Amino acid sequence: MTINKTKNGNEVIIALEGRLDTATSPMLEAELKDVLQEADSLVFDFAKLEYISSAGLRVLLSSHKAMLAKGGMKVTNINDIVREVFEITGFADILTIE
Amino acid sequence: MKRMLSAPFDLGGTDAGVSAPGGTVREMTCEAKVENIPAVTDFVNAVLEEAGCPMKAQIQIDMAIDELFANIAQYAYAPGAGQATVRVAVDPEVKMASVTFVDSGAPFDPLAKPDPNVSLPAQERAIGGLGIYLVKQTMDAVDYAYTDGRNELTIQKRIG
Repeated sequence: MTINKTKNGNEVIIALEGRLDTATSPMLEAELKDVLQEADSLVFDFAKLEYISSAGLRVLLSSHKAMLAKGGMKVTNINDIVREVFEITGFADILTIE
Repeated sequence: MKRMLSAPFDLGGTDAGVSAPGGTVREMTCEAKVENIPAVTDFVNAVLEEAGCPMKAQIQIDMAIDELFANIAQYAYAPGAGQATVRVAVDPEVKMASVTFVDSGAPFDPLAKPDPNVSLPAQERAIGGLGIYLVKQTMDAVDYAYTDGRNELTIQKRIG
Protein backbone atom coordinates (compact mmCIF):
# COMPACT_ATOMS: atom_id res chain seq x y z
CA MET A 1 0.00 0.00 0.00
CA THR A 2 1.14 3.55 -0.76
CA ILE A 3 0.23 6.52 1.44
CA ASN A 4 0.20 9.98 -0.12
CA LYS A 5 -0.23 12.91 2.24
CA THR A 6 -1.16 16.42 1.08
CA LYS A 7 -1.63 19.48 3.27
CA ASN A 8 -4.13 22.11 2.26
CA GLY A 9 -4.07 24.75 4.98
CA ASN A 10 -5.21 22.97 8.12
CA GLU A 11 -6.80 20.18 6.14
CA VAL A 12 -4.80 17.01 5.53
CA ILE A 13 -5.67 14.72 2.62
CA ILE A 14 -4.50 11.12 2.79
CA ALA A 15 -4.71 9.18 -0.46
CA LEU A 16 -4.26 5.42 -0.18
CA GLU A 17 -3.30 3.11 -3.00
CA GLY A 18 -3.53 -0.68 -2.70
CA ARG A 19 -4.97 -2.71 0.16
CA LEU A 20 -5.65 -1.53 3.69
CA ASP A 21 -5.33 -4.83 5.55
CA THR A 22 -3.65 -6.56 8.49
CA ALA A 23 -0.15 -6.00 7.11
CA THR A 24 -0.57 -2.39 5.96
CA SER A 25 -2.88 -0.90 8.62
CA PRO A 26 -0.01 -0.37 11.13
CA MET A 27 1.72 1.80 8.46
CA LEU A 28 -1.34 4.03 8.24
CA GLU A 29 -1.71 4.11 12.01
CA ALA A 30 1.90 5.29 12.34
CA GLU A 31 1.43 7.95 9.64
CA LEU A 32 -1.73 9.24 11.33
CA LYS A 33 -0.11 9.81 14.73
CA ASP A 34 1.20 13.25 13.71
CA VAL A 35 -1.63 13.99 11.30
CA LEU A 36 -4.28 13.66 14.02
CA GLN A 37 -2.33 16.22 16.06
CA GLU A 38 -1.72 18.78 13.32
CA ALA A 39 -4.84 18.57 11.15
CA ASP A 40 -8.06 20.44 11.83
CA SER A 41 -9.84 18.28 9.31
CA LEU A 42 -8.92 15.04 7.63
CA VAL A 43 -9.91 13.69 4.22
CA PHE A 44 -9.26 10.14 3.04
CA ASP A 45 -9.13 9.72 -0.73
CA PHE A 46 -9.86 6.05 -1.48
CA ALA A 47 -9.94 6.35 -5.29
CA LYS A 48 -7.08 3.88 -5.59
CA LEU A 49 -7.92 1.77 -2.54
CA GLU A 50 -8.73 -1.76 -3.63
CA TYR A 51 -10.14 -3.07 -0.37
CA ILE A 52 -10.29 -2.59 3.37
CA SER A 53 -10.36 -5.32 6.00
CA SER A 54 -11.30 -5.10 9.68
CA ALA A 55 -7.76 -4.01 10.62
CA GLY A 56 -8.24 -0.96 8.40
CA LEU A 57 -11.71 -0.30 9.82
CA ARG A 58 -10.18 -0.16 13.29
CA VAL A 59 -7.77 2.62 12.18
CA LEU A 60 -10.59 4.56 10.47
CA LEU A 61 -12.77 4.35 13.57
CA SER A 62 -10.07 5.63 15.92
CA SER A 63 -9.24 8.47 13.49
CA HIS A 64 -12.92 9.34 13.21
CA LYS A 65 -13.21 9.52 17.00
CA ALA A 66 -10.04 11.64 17.26
CA MET A 67 -11.33 14.11 14.66
CA LEU A 68 -14.84 14.42 16.14
CA ALA A 69 -13.64 17.12 18.54
CA LYS A 70 -12.06 19.06 15.65
CA GLY A 71 -13.13 19.73 12.06
CA GLY A 72 -14.10 16.14 11.39
CA MET A 73 -13.08 13.41 8.97
CA LYS A 74 -14.37 12.59 5.47
CA VAL A 75 -13.93 9.55 3.28
CA THR A 76 -14.11 10.13 -0.47
CA ASN A 77 -14.06 8.18 -3.76
CA ILE A 78 -14.78 4.69 -2.39
CA ASN A 79 -15.24 1.77 -4.78
CA ASP A 80 -18.12 -0.74 -4.66
CA ILE A 81 -16.20 -3.29 -2.61
CA VAL A 82 -15.24 -0.75 0.07
CA ARG A 83 -18.82 0.63 0.05
CA GLU A 84 -20.17 -2.87 0.69
CA VAL A 85 -17.76 -3.32 3.62
CA PHE A 86 -18.92 0.01 5.08
CA GLU A 87 -22.56 -0.98 4.66
CA ILE A 88 -22.19 -4.46 6.19
CA THR A 89 -20.34 -3.13 9.23
CA GLY A 90 -22.52 -0.07 9.80
CA PHE A 91 -19.56 2.23 9.07
CA ALA A 92 -21.68 3.82 6.34
CA ASP A 93 -23.79 5.35 9.16
CA ILE A 94 -20.82 6.40 11.28
CA LEU A 95 -18.44 7.93 8.73
CA THR A 96 -18.98 10.95 6.52
CA ILE A 97 -18.73 9.50 3.03
CA GLU A 98 -18.71 11.70 -0.06
CA MET B 1 9.06 -20.56 4.55
CA LYS B 2 8.14 -24.16 3.98
CA ARG B 3 5.86 -24.41 1.03
CA MET B 4 4.28 -27.64 -0.13
CA LEU B 5 2.36 -27.75 -3.35
CA SER B 6 0.29 -30.78 -4.05
CA ALA B 7 -0.41 -31.52 -7.68
CA PRO B 8 -3.81 -30.54 -9.01
CA PHE B 9 -6.22 -33.40 -9.59
CA ASP B 10 -5.53 -33.40 -13.29
CA LEU B 11 -7.28 -36.37 -14.80
CA GLY B 12 -5.75 -35.84 -18.19
CA GLY B 13 -7.05 -34.36 -21.41
CA THR B 14 -6.55 -30.85 -22.68
CA ASP B 15 -9.63 -29.61 -20.84
CA ALA B 16 -8.65 -31.08 -17.49
CA GLY B 17 -8.89 -27.75 -15.69
CA VAL B 18 -12.46 -27.32 -16.79
CA SER B 19 -13.89 -30.81 -17.04
CA ALA B 20 -12.04 -32.81 -14.40
CA PRO B 21 -14.61 -34.15 -11.91
CA GLY B 22 -13.89 -32.68 -8.50
CA GLY B 23 -11.92 -29.85 -10.05
CA THR B 24 -8.63 -28.56 -8.72
CA VAL B 25 -7.33 -28.90 -5.17
CA ARG B 26 -4.05 -27.36 -4.04
CA GLU B 27 -2.61 -26.69 -0.64
CA MET B 28 0.30 -24.87 0.93
CA THR B 29 1.70 -25.03 4.43
CA CYS B 30 3.68 -22.23 6.01
CA GLU B 31 4.39 -20.63 9.34
CA ALA B 32 1.28 -18.96 10.73
CA LYS B 33 2.45 -15.36 10.77
CA VAL B 34 1.09 -12.09 9.40
CA GLU B 35 4.09 -11.70 7.08
CA ASN B 36 2.91 -14.78 5.17
CA ILE B 37 -0.55 -13.39 4.31
CA PRO B 38 0.63 -12.02 0.92
CA ALA B 39 2.15 -15.41 -0.03
CA VAL B 40 -1.06 -17.24 0.93
CA THR B 41 -3.13 -14.68 -1.00
CA ASP B 42 -0.96 -15.02 -4.13
CA PHE B 43 -1.18 -18.80 -3.88
CA VAL B 44 -4.99 -18.80 -3.71
CA ASN B 45 -5.31 -16.08 -6.38
CA ALA B 46 -3.33 -18.19 -8.86
CA VAL B 47 -5.89 -20.99 -8.54
CA LEU B 48 -8.84 -18.57 -8.73
CA GLU B 49 -7.46 -16.83 -11.81
CA GLU B 50 -6.96 -20.18 -13.53
CA ALA B 51 -10.63 -20.93 -12.79
CA GLY B 52 -11.79 -17.62 -14.32
CA CYS B 53 -13.03 -16.27 -11.00
CA PRO B 54 -14.69 -12.82 -11.36
CA MET B 55 -12.58 -9.98 -9.91
CA LYS B 56 -15.09 -8.99 -7.23
CA ALA B 57 -15.36 -12.54 -5.85
CA GLN B 58 -11.58 -12.83 -5.89
CA ILE B 59 -11.10 -9.59 -3.94
CA GLN B 60 -13.72 -10.68 -1.40
CA ILE B 61 -11.94 -14.02 -0.99
CA ASP B 62 -8.65 -12.11 -0.55
CA MET B 63 -10.32 -10.04 2.19
CA ALA B 64 -11.49 -13.23 3.89
CA ILE B 65 -7.94 -14.64 3.73
CA ASP B 66 -6.67 -11.47 5.40
CA GLU B 67 -9.17 -11.82 8.25
CA LEU B 68 -8.86 -15.56 8.78
CA PHE B 69 -5.13 -16.09 8.31
CA ALA B 70 -4.44 -13.04 10.51
CA ASN B 71 -6.62 -14.58 13.24
CA ILE B 72 -4.60 -17.78 13.12
CA ALA B 73 -1.30 -15.87 13.01
CA GLN B 74 -2.22 -13.69 15.99
CA TYR B 75 -4.09 -16.11 18.25
CA ALA B 76 -3.85 -19.83 17.37
CA TYR B 77 -0.40 -20.47 18.82
CA ALA B 78 0.07 -17.37 21.00
CA PRO B 79 2.50 -16.78 22.59
CA GLY B 80 4.31 -19.46 20.55
CA ALA B 81 4.42 -20.19 16.85
CA GLY B 82 3.11 -22.91 14.57
CA GLN B 83 2.12 -23.87 11.07
CA ALA B 84 -1.04 -23.36 9.09
CA THR B 85 -2.24 -25.11 5.95
CA VAL B 86 -4.38 -23.40 3.35
CA ARG B 87 -6.25 -25.64 0.92
CA VAL B 88 -8.01 -24.17 -2.09
CA ALA B 89 -10.48 -26.13 -4.16
CA VAL B 90 -12.40 -25.09 -7.24
CA ASP B 91 -15.35 -27.05 -8.52
CA PRO B 92 -15.89 -25.91 -12.10
CA GLU B 93 -19.24 -27.70 -12.44
CA VAL B 94 -21.01 -25.83 -9.68
CA LYS B 95 -18.75 -22.76 -10.05
CA MET B 96 -17.78 -22.78 -6.39
CA ALA B 97 -14.43 -22.02 -4.80
CA SER B 98 -13.58 -23.13 -1.29
CA VAL B 99 -10.63 -22.21 0.90
CA THR B 100 -9.91 -24.20 4.06
CA PHE B 101 -7.63 -22.91 6.83
CA VAL B 102 -6.14 -25.60 9.07
CA ASP B 103 -4.14 -25.04 12.25
CA SER B 104 -3.33 -27.18 15.25
CA GLY B 105 -3.43 -24.36 17.78
CA ALA B 106 -5.92 -23.71 20.56
CA PRO B 107 -9.46 -24.85 19.69
CA PHE B 108 -11.35 -21.79 18.49
CA ASP B 109 -14.70 -21.62 16.76
CA PRO B 110 -15.02 -18.10 15.33
CA LEU B 111 -18.62 -18.84 14.35
CA ALA B 112 -19.64 -19.37 17.98
CA LYS B 113 -19.34 -15.67 18.77
CA PRO B 114 -22.52 -13.59 18.47
CA ASP B 115 -22.52 -11.10 15.60
CA PRO B 116 -21.42 -7.59 16.56
CA ASN B 117 -24.02 -4.85 16.87
CA VAL B 118 -23.35 -2.85 13.70
CA SER B 119 -25.87 -0.12 14.48
CA LEU B 120 -24.10 1.41 17.49
CA PRO B 121 -22.76 4.98 17.24
CA ALA B 122 -19.00 5.50 16.88
CA GLN B 123 -18.31 6.17 20.55
CA GLU B 124 -19.85 2.88 21.63
CA ARG B 125 -18.30 0.82 18.87
CA ALA B 126 -16.01 -2.07 19.71
CA ILE B 127 -14.08 -3.34 16.75
CA GLY B 128 -13.86 -6.98 17.85
CA GLY B 129 -15.73 -9.54 15.80
CA LEU B 130 -16.09 -7.35 12.70
CA GLY B 131 -13.63 -9.43 10.68
CA ILE B 132 -15.43 -12.74 11.00
CA TYR B 133 -18.76 -10.94 10.54
CA LEU B 134 -17.52 -9.48 7.24
CA VAL B 135 -16.42 -12.95 6.14
CA LYS B 136 -19.84 -14.42 7.01
CA GLN B 137 -21.63 -11.65 5.10
CA THR B 138 -19.48 -11.75 1.95
CA MET B 139 -19.02 -15.53 1.55
CA ASP B 140 -21.75 -17.99 0.52
CA ALA B 141 -20.90 -20.42 3.32
CA VAL B 142 -18.54 -20.58 6.30
CA ASP B 143 -18.06 -23.82 8.25
CA TYR B 144 -15.95 -24.72 11.25
CA ALA B 145 -14.86 -28.12 12.54
CA TYR B 146 -12.43 -29.24 15.23
CA THR B 147 -11.08 -32.64 14.27
CA ASP B 148 -8.08 -34.61 15.53
CA GLY B 149 -6.65 -31.59 17.31
CA ARG B 150 -7.04 -29.27 14.34
CA ASN B 151 -9.17 -26.21 13.69
CA GLU B 152 -10.59 -26.34 10.17
CA LEU B 153 -12.42 -23.29 8.87
CA THR B 154 -13.80 -23.44 5.33
CA ILE B 155 -15.19 -20.56 3.30
CA GLN B 156 -17.12 -21.08 0.07
CA LYS B 157 -17.78 -18.51 -2.61
CA ARG B 158 -19.66 -18.76 -5.87
CA ILE B 159 -17.35 -17.78 -8.75
CA GLY B 160 -19.71 -17.44 -11.67
